[in-house]
Amino acid sequence: MSEKKPSLWLRLIAWVVYIYIYAPILILIIFSFNTQKINVRWEGFTLDWYRVLFRNAEVMLATRNTLMIAIVSTITATVIGTLAALALQRYRFRGYTISESILYIPVIIPEVVMGISLLAFFSQVGIRLGLNTIMLAHIAFSIPFVTLVVRARLHGFDRAIEEAAMDLGANELVTFWRVTLPTIIPGVLSGALLAFTLSLDDYVITYFTAGPGSTTLPLRIFSMVRFAVTPEVNALSTLWVLTVFVLLLIGQIAQRRRT
Amino acid sequence: MEGTKSVPRPARGLGLIKKLREQPEYQGWALISPTIIYLILFLILPLLLVVVLSFLARGTYGNVVYRLNLDNYSRLFDPLYLRILSYSLGVAALTTVITILIGYPLAYYIARVPERQRSMLLFLILVPFWTNFIIRIYAWIMILRSEGLLNTFLLNLGVIDAPLDILYTPTAVLIGMVYEFLPFMVLPLYTSLEKIEMAQLEAAADLGARPWVGFLRITLPLSIPGMIAGSILVFIPAMGMFVVPDLMGGAKTVLVGNLIRNQFLTARDWPFGAAGSMVLLLITLVFTLIYTRKAGFGEELLV
Repeated sequence: MSEKKPSLWLRLIAWVVYIYIYAPILILIIFSFNTQKINVRWEGFTLDWYRVLFRNAEVMLATRNTLMIAIVSTITATVIGTLAALALQRYRFRGYTISESILYIPVIIPEVVMGISLLAFFSQVGIRLGLNTIMLAHIAFSIPFVTLVVRARLHGFDRAIEEAAMDLGANELVTFWRVTLPTIIPGVLSGALLAFTLSLDDYVITYFTAGPGSTTLPLRIFSMVRFAVTPEVNALSTLWVLTVFVLLLIGQIAQRRRT
Repeated sequence: MEGTKSVPRPARGLGLIKKLREQPEYQGWALISPTIIYLILFLILPLLLVVVLSFLARGTYGNVVYRLNLDNYSRLFDPLYLRILSYSLGVAALTTVITILIGYPLAYYIARVPERQRSMLLFLILVPFWTNFIIRIYAWIMILRSEGLLNTFLLNLGVIDAPLDILYTPTAVLIGMVYEFLPFMVLPLYTSLEKIEMAQLEAAADLGARPWVGFLRITLPLSIPGMIAGSILVFIPAMGMFVVPDLMGGAKTVLVGNLIRNQFLTARDWPFGAAGSMVLLLITLVFTLIYTRKAGFGEELLV
């Protein structure tokens, strides 16, 4: 669907929607540089809120926790989820359909239900809530997304290349390492990127599986927002938005390079 | 397993490796088992626990008493809880409809611009979507609160004399929900709109159909799968949402998500909260089944 140019009306509506999407975020960023604390009136430029933010020990601890959880859960979920994608895309085995259905559960169940079920489970089994339980939960909800993304990538994969490698004398392991992995690596990386951002962003499931001392950034921002509107949150948000923007841009450019 | 009797132990291990090398089914199992074992442990078992919990009772001190009963479910028919349930359904449905109304023209536009621009426009939709959703709620709190941007602006213009109370009302919750879930609607809509062949519309025009007839008869019906996929992606999380009502709705707006959360963390009536979760899960399941029946578990859902 392309040839005909969109009409003026359509273009206008689309740009109004884009403004609607971006205006709140731009406002957020602008007011992180405002000297005034309470009113949303522009008073003057300052970087004080960033200074306050970096001196906030709780925020720094939450940042460290968030990154640690995201890194551990991304690596684990990417490895396990990629294996599952290979299994589902290339093999037929007894239990195939049920395995596939189990994989879809985290995608469709409401987050709050997954959160309370993990809370109930951990307390029933007697695992103390903390960073460990958050990681276990994040791995659980990330695996299916990694599998979905990697599977989509495997879909167009030509197995003849692998067979050729085997014919030339490579064993399964060498073939996987030298032929299969390099081909699916873009899918694996975008799966990992998805898992990483899902973990960074998660509030609901983390909320139910966090214990004392294991606050993450989303939890921290929530309590900051709940109690007072302060430009410190704006500063934090600005840094977050910029980080995400740069990460996504790198992803986009990398993808374009490849195609 | 022939000849297992005579084969000594170390060779049995080799037999397994041999099986793994020669039988594809064993390879498939080997690859899928980490995922399945993990998800049984940290997804299926917890969910089964909630199912069991929903048939138990609450003890005096918020503990769980092992007495099988259906009281938790019958309590959900209390008018108070029925109202919460129907209110949540209403909010989720309204959110879905509004995201369709806003998202459709946008998706339609992106599907029609030259291909080079499309990935950029999609990228622009994804950026806020990847930004933490509490940050996005916070942005709207800044705008909507009584001394916020909107009120300051309108007061200065002289349009209003006193600040509008929008924040901490159901309207605010709706504004927040629509903003949160819009990308979930735009992406699947775009996927199905993009696939429509321009030739079909041209053929319709050649046969004398006006543009809007072409839209109603061709474009709209062909975009229904995307619309259904988007609706599932918006409706399900909107049903269970408790963070937006918490931050933007004040104490007045209680949705099913808030109810479940409160039963687990404040009222400490886990069995009742579990029953509420079961109902929420059931609604989710019914909607997903309707979708998969209607459209098949298509790629629209998996952008």
